Amino acid sequence: MFSLLRSMWLVFLHMFHKRETYQYPEEKAPLPARWRGRIALTRDPDGGERCVGCYLCAAACPVDCISLQAAEAPDGRRYPGFFRINFSRCIFCGFCEEACPTYAIQLLPDFEMAEYDRQNLVYEKEDLLINSQGKYPGYNYYRVAGMAISGKEKGEAQREEPPVNVRSLLP
Amino acid sequence: MEAHYWWIIGGVLFVLLNTAAGLIWLERRMLALWQDRYGPNRAGPFGILIVLADTLKLFFKEDWIPPFADKVVFVFAPAVVVASVLMAFAVVPFGPGIVVADMNIGILFFLAMSSLGVYSIVLGGWASNNKYALLGAMRGASQMISYEVFMGLALMGTVILSGTFNLGEIVEAQKGMWYIFPQLLGFVIFFIAGIAETHRLPFDIPEAESELVAGFHSEYSGMKFGMFFIGEYLGITLISSMIVTLYFGGWLGPAFLPGVIWFVIKTFVFIMVFILLRASMPRPRYDQLMEYGWKVLFPLSLLNLLGTAAIKLIIDK
Amino acid sequence: MGIAFYIAAAVAVLSTIMVITRFNIMHALLYFIVSLLSVAVVFYLYGAPFMAALELIIYAGAIMVLIIFFVMMLNLGSQTAGEERSWMTPGVWIGPSVLCLVLLGELVYLMLQPGDLSGDVRVVDPKEVGKSLFGPYILAVELAGMLLMAGIVGAYHLGRQKKKIVHRFLQNAES
Repeated sequence: MFSLLRSMWLVFLHMFHKRETYQYPEEKAPLPARWRGRIALTRDPDGGERCVGCYLCAAACPVDCISLQAAEAPDGRRYPGFFRINFSRCIFCGFCEEACPTYAIQLLPDFEMAEYDRQNLVYEKEDLLINSQGKYPGYNYYRVAGMAISGKEKGEAQREEPPVNVRSLLP
Repeated sequence: MEAHYWWIIGGVLFVLLNTAAGLIWLERRMLALWQDRYGPNRAGPFGILIVLADTLKLFFKEDWIPPFADKVVFVFAPAVVVASVLMAFAVVPFGPGIVVADMNIGILFFLAMSSLGVYSIVLGGWASNNKYALLGAMRGASQMISYEVFMGLALMGTVILSGTFNLGEIVEAQKGMWYIFPQLLGFVIFFIAGIAETHRLPFDIPEAESELVAGFHSEYSGMKFGMFFIGEYLGITLISSMIVTLYFGGWLGPAFLPGVIWFVIKTFVFIMVFILLRASMPRPRYDQLMEYGWKVLFPLSLLNLLGTAAIKLIIDK
Repeated sequence: MGIAFYIAAAVAVLSTIMVITRFNIMHALLYFIVSLLSVAVVFYLYGAPFMAALELIIYAGAIMVLIIFFVMMLNLGSQTAGEERSWMTPGVWIGPSVLCLVLLGELVYLMLQPGDLSGDVRVVDPKEVGKSLFGPYILAVELAGMLLMAGIVGAYHLGRQKKKIVHRFLQNAES
């Protein structure tokens, strides 16, 4: 009986505590940097697309909401011909981000993407591609990968030896 | 009948129905306050227009009668609870002379009406033809019938002290001292029984949403559900005002405010206590509730009755 | 008051007839409650408010709820209603209803007799009821108390259970 009265008193004291609520539309909740929110395609420091169209994200996606088509530019860079994410199916698990070898696809701290029309939740490449490097500034896939594109031959990447001429190795 | 009589009836009805609707807002705000939240605060000042929005929503929702239900009883049951509680308010003296029916059996009438309120739960649960509703109805029936006994027995202490069933005269008899002091035990029993009688939150096992979906009103929707809702809030108001009338001197109070205002202030204090109970108490198990009632409260209320009668006899001698 | 009495009496009679003729037992019980309520109104009109309140609390509020409670647990559906219908043949109900009509005729005849049936109503307040119960009728009150006591003892005996073994591990320890 006494413990009941005590718990009533303690609950009553909560009247004078600070309230935990964020008054949402006026006052935004602080999101952590690793918040898994809106999915975006990021760019290199030099402005090129990071995505190389390897399909790993589409394969990793548990709800199959990513679809893309790889293409190759004349200079040798691979890029997605189209890249489509259906956000009405996406569960924001972040597997695509973990699967991406080039840090191209990233989940950003932003959740305000409600729509009145379901069709508007299908994001095309131009909706996804942002003019930013996202969470990994300074990273440039083609600068560290041993792939030849125009303006960078094999062996010119960072921390890379020039390719060995196999014919020169004759005894 | 004279004109002022109609004014009293109209005024009481108006105030009560508005109070019941306003309690929707009050309860949500107070619960939020005690849980470190804000509660509804968007529509209107302090969110008070949520009442309007809720009522409109209830009116425009689909009013669905299940095809497997007993149609007549299903429609009839929600009306019983509101009607019986409103009838019980007829004998509550809101102020000196402000009472709808100044009966000399006021307390008995209140008990009779609150016992009729059981039917709404039983019939609603039975007519829904749903196993959860039936379970809720059975729990509700046994809980309310048992707790009515202690409620009546606890009230008899004040009846012995004042020597009348008339609520107005009971209030007048408290001029010297409120009955909370000589009848503390009776007050506690009456309060607990009152919570069980209105099936409010620590004792809401007829609806127990975590085990029985929504208990006896699982199948109800629209304004029929709204009637159960309003009935519950009216029940809180009724029990609070009965507590005030019987134990806290009704409209009596320092003279700088009129009696009605004192009555309303005291009633709202008890409504707040009801809401605080909801915020702080876990729900007991069903058999624990019945055991507590019959093995603790019942002997206590009999003892209270016996002791009060004995002391009254000794003093009168 | 005359009109109020006739309305209440008519409701009582009609609802009692409905109690007898309904096939669905739940509906019959509901009409029975209405009948009890109207009888309470009649009591109130004729100066016995205490009696009216007791009728409501005890009959309508407690006993009928218990009966409904048990009927609810028996789960009588439309099937039993059909059975009832098949039992209710004219041969069954004609005899009692003729006898009842005879009684009704007698009652009407008596009521039509000139007499002091409609004497002025004297309100009996609860205090008087209590004084007479604990004065001249104290023996009846005590007898009723004894009867209830016997009922309580019987209920205790019937409701007593052997000690329940809550777990099979405790079976040997406590037997």
